[in-house]
Amino acid sequence: MGISNIIFLLLFVGAFTLFALKIKTIVRNIRLGRDQNLNDNFAERLKVMSMVAIGQSKMVVRPVSGIMHILIYIGFVIMNIELLEIVIDGIAGTHRVFAFLGGFYDFVIGSFEFLGLGVLLACIVFLIRRNILKLKRFWSAEMTSWPRSDANLILTIEILLMTAFFTMNATDQVLQSRGVEHYIQAGAYPISHYYSALFTGLSSETLIMIERSIWWFHICGILFFLNYVPYSKHFHILLAFPNVFYSNLNAKGKFSNMESVTNEVKLMFDPSATPPPADAAPVKFGAKDVNDLSWVQLMNAYSCTECGRCTSNCPANITGKKLSPRKIMMDTRDRLEEYGKNLDKNTPDTKSLLHDYITPEELWACTSCNACVEACPINIDPLSIIIDLRRNLVMEESNAPAALAGMFTNVENNGAPWQFGQADRMNWANEA
Amino acid sequence: MEMKVPTMAECIANGEVPEILFWVGCSGSFDDRAKKITKAIVKILNKAEVKFAVLGTEESCTGDPAKRAGNEFLFQMQAFTNIQVLNGYEVKKIVTGCPHCFNTLKNEYPDLGGNYEVIHHTQLIQQLIDSGKLKVEGGSFKGKKITFHDPCYLGRANNEYEAPRSVIEKLDSELTEMKRSRANGLCCGAGGAQMFKEAEHGDKEVNVERAEEALALNPNVIATGCPFCMTMMTDGVKYFNKEAEVKVYDVAELIANAQDL
Ligand code: HEM
Ligand code: SF4
Ligand code: SF4
Repeated sequence: MGISNIIFLLLFVGAFTLFALKIKTIVRNIRLGRDQNLNDNFAERLKVMSMVAIGQSKMVVRPVSGIMHILIYIGFVIMNIELLEIVIDGIAGTHRVFAFLGGFYDFVIGSFEFLGLGVLLACIVFLIRRNILKLKRFWSAEMTSWPRSDANLILTIEILLMTAFFTMNATDQVLQSRGVEHYIQAGAYPISHYYSALFTGLSSETLIMIERSIWWFHICGILFFLNYVPYSKHFHILLAFPNVFYSNLNAKGKFSNMESVTNEVKLMFDPSATPPPADAAPVKFGAKDVNDLSWVQLMNAYSCTECGRCTSNCPANITGKKLSPRKIMMDTRDRLEEYGKNLDKNTPDTKSLLHDYITPEELWACTSCNACVEACPINIDPLSIIIDLRRNLVMEESNAPAALAGMFTNVENNGAPWQFGQADRMNWANEA
Repeated sequence: MEMKVPTMAECIANGEVPEILFWVGCSGSFDDRAKKITKAIVKILNKAEVKFAVLGTEESCTGDPAKRAGNEFLFQMQAFTNIQVLNGYEVKKIVTGCPHCFNTLKNEYPDLGGNYEVIHHTQLIQQLIDSGKLKVEGGSFKGKKITFHDPCYLGRANNEYEAPRSVIEKLDSELTEMKRSRANGLCCGAGGAQMFKEAEHGDKEVNVERAEEALALNPNVIATGCPFCMTMMTDGVKYFNKEAEVKVYDVAELIANAQDL
């Protein structure tokens, strides 16, 4: 084993360790959320995951970005098989270790080139949509400089990786054709074949240097990318699948039932019911901070791709209100990261998701129309967070807009949201 | 035609068991415009000879606006009160005149001990037509251009997009769709307790945005299936001074008017 193989091994192990540590923190953060048992309906969940995540069914509602995304998605998933070969080559010092597969190997490598071209194309289209066409959903208020750079960085890295991939193949081909030692004849190169003409004029030494440098650039790029992903909206490439699997299977109109409230209301209706033990922890109604949300809501936040389909369908946002369901998800993630960091450092934390990140003005603009939930390609539910925060505003802070407080009083006293008496409820039947 | 509106209490006193309870809802009971929808539904039920009853003064708000506004206490108080009444009458099946009541009774009452088969009035009308109990011929809406605005709590919330449309199609009118329809339908702006408060600061009212979209199709009628949508769309049409040319009707009213009920 040469020195370069050892360096490779160290880099590889180091990168994966770092990645694993970050994942561990994220899993811990998600687990800060309330329990919610979703181990029901395994078969149906699997079906929804196959359709929505694996099958990308909600992505293609917007055909251009949907189809471009499928190119990237398929390219990424399949081309990762080649990563296996790259890693073995890197550790063992071999070159194209699977070449012995012969015709099948040629077919696979040839197919990868087509997939790679698809990825390259799609990334360029995505960059154009973001930066030249400036599609509205990528430029709304919460898309500040970091979220925009995040997206551009991901696309740029993908483009660089793909370019590296084609350059490796092109130089490899020339070296193979010259019968240079170590560069065994293997693979088919339907695309980089055209690109290799650029390199035929160079000496074999120069070519080997280019091929090796690009090889290192490619693998280091991948290892860097691996560690960038968990800090980015790109984390969806992993979380999209469990996120869809654990998504809500009930009718969208059904809001969760609050057991804690049921217990208290039952006591009021039936004084003989058993009250909670005197030393029971006081119950908190609704959510003030991230740890009051459920783990699924927190996973939702880490899965969000910041695509803005939710916001572009939100009636409140369309008509200029401050509410943006995408911002609800981004705020939840940012706050959860902050909350986790403070926990790690043992720093006192005086902030909360409600008020410091999300304001009542945003929350009260929601019509609970479910357009955001319907639009989300990975079945995120921003509405459930909005309602949990509203519950805290109303039941803990008594902080509802005056008109709504009046509506509550009417319902309580007259059984109707307006000031009409219950006794007049059937007058309509006697009116002509 | 004289309306017959028996109450549950009367039915029990006469030893009758109605097939279905008609849940009128607060808008349907008190809002002047929505009362017309209620009467249209009653006329249809009478015409099709459905044995139904209402709760009358024993009905109370389902608690929907309280729940959407985050007041789970008030919601559950209302729910428990209503469930006591409904279970006391051994109600099995309910039709509602409002998608919000429909959603709450259907999806949120079971967790609190209220289990009923709940349908929306457009679904009942469709069933009555399909089973031949109600005959509908084009009548006064024949050839008219109608667009249907999906109520969020019927459509996205409960996946019912077809029943109202199939009923409208029976009128021999021209059903045209807005670009944002069915699962992509745009809210009228009233849900989530917005009906009871001023909108937050913005640059447009939601109902104006929606009415604009509907009016762009130059329809004769904007149809809907929700008393809140009715208010919002009617106001939206007025905002553009189009109330003389474009009428807003509930699907039930279309059927009742077409048949001169
Ligand atoms: C596992 C492999 C995947 C890869 C490599 C991948 C890659 C990408 C990339 C590069 C983007 C950036 C596009 C941009 O920001 O302009 C993106 C965006 C996105 N991805 Fe994925 N993705 C994967 C899986 C998924 C899955 C399973 C879903 C769920 C359906 C999903 C949903 C999305 C969405 C909604 C966006 C935002 C795109 C938009 O509409 O603008 N991705 N993905
Ligand atoms: S449910 Fe609320 S946040 Fe979601 S789209 Fe409708 S108004 Fe916007
Ligand atoms: S919540 Fe869903 S629709 Fe909204 S930005 Fe995130 S991924 Fe896109």
